[in-house]
Amino acid sequence: MDTLQRLSENMQKGNADQVARLTQQAIDEGCEPKTILDDALVGGMAVVGEKFKKHEIFLPHVLLAAKAMHAGMDLLKPLLVKDGIPTIGKVVTGTVQGDLHDIGKNLVGIMLKGAGFDVIDLGRDVSPEKFLDAAVSEKANVIGMSALLTTTMPVMKKVIALAHERNVRNQLKFIVGGAPMSKEYAQEIGADAYCYDAVSAVESVKRFMGAH
Amino acid sequence: MRRVIDISAEQIAPTVEELLNQQGVPPGAVHDEPTLRAAREAIALWGHLSQPMGIFAEIAIHDFAQVYIGDGRNEPETPLPNIYQRADALALFAVTVGHDIEQEIRRLFETNEFPLGAMLDAAASVSAENAADIVQDKVQKHLSVIGRWDRSKGIMPFSPGYCGWHVSGQRALFDTLHPEEIGIELSDSYLMQPLKSISGLLVAGPRDIFQFDDDFPFCSECATHSCRERIMSIIENQPKADTRWE
Repeated sequence: MDTLQRLSENMQKGNADQVARLTQQAIDEGCEPKTILDDALVGGMAVVGEKFKKHEIFLPHVLLAAKAMHAGMDLLKPLLVKDGIPTIGKVVTGTVQGDLHDIGKNLVGIMLKGAGFDVIDLGRDVSPEKFLDAAVSEKANVIGMSALLTTTMPVMKKVIALAHERNVRNQLKFIVGGAPMSKEYAQEIGADAYCYDAVSAVESVKRFMGAH
Repeated sequence: MRRVIDISAEQIAPTVEELLNQQGVPPGAVHDEPTLRAAREAIALWGHLSQPMGIFAEIAIHDFAQVYIGDGRNEPETPLPNIYQRADALALFAVTVGHDIEQEIRRLFETNEFPLGAMLDAAASVSAENAADIVQDKVQKHLSVIGRWDRSKGIMPFSPGYCGWHVSGQRALFDTLHPEEIGIELSDSYLMQPLKSISGLLVAGPRDIFQFDDDFPFCSECATHSCRERIMSIIENQPKADTRWE
């Protein structure tokens, strides 16, 4: 079994120490950082995501794998930056103004990173201006907004309205999620996708980016 | 009657199974060692960080009517008025497991310790629910002592944000109960801080008052319909007729 295959399997099992060791081994063996990332780590997380979708594994396993992936990413990131390798897309995420719940948003960020996207996490209680400022300055492709309260959901509409105001709506896709959200509400406020969970968020962003 | 309740961590400690269920792991699923290790570690961490507190205050039906109206944003038709107006006793309540857990959950996610962070988050959610159960027991015992509750009756919690009671009702609830005394604050968007806090109304009364059909317009937007289970538990726990031969 070659190093990349062992790396992928250890990542899927959540063996963070082994992932760090095997990532370093692959680098030392002369493997391209982008190949390690795509074939072993992102490829491995795609398998994890599929198993999660089919209920073959559950959230704790996904998070163990994600932690392991980061152990490898920590070693690869400086090399990818040095090589000037662009990511497959950039997503700005945040919990909307007035809301402090962030577990769901964090899970979406973890899964997006696992799929190879660059994620700029603005945290909680994020104003419409901050969403747009970050998306424009970071040249993001997608804004992901989360809300867990019916009282904070309307902020999502304000963010999209502000994108229209600033004439950047066409440059950005908007995904929304959170317990009180629905597909109908997402359509009503002009979002591009309602994401029921982290897996569907990744699928939506992949669809927007033309990545499969 | 208004009372602050010191809740011990032992009383509300979550189990490994509860943590896993909270994260969507079905009962009976086989758990690997890393998952179990993270769950045990989270429970130990929870034990160090949790600061559970509770508060309750009895409220008269006519006084609660004002609290319930809040700032007038409830759904036009809701089940709660038909329930609380027939109650024997009402009490507002709030519980929290404190700020420290929340900060630790955030720190864990920021340092890529996702499995432990999610486990601790689940532990905090489960223990907050357990704390609410403790307060419910205290209220039930208090009402029993003063002769306003007995085993033939039921007791059930309702919270703003559910069953057509608009979440903005939190403001009137806070203005009456003052859970600030146990460290819970309410934001302008009606968000409780610490997040792992629960507030609401405890309704005590004849079991049949709790029955309602889940066919209100807003029921179609409810993902859980957990009211069914709660109502059933009250009906099913009804003391059976004594059929022993003496």
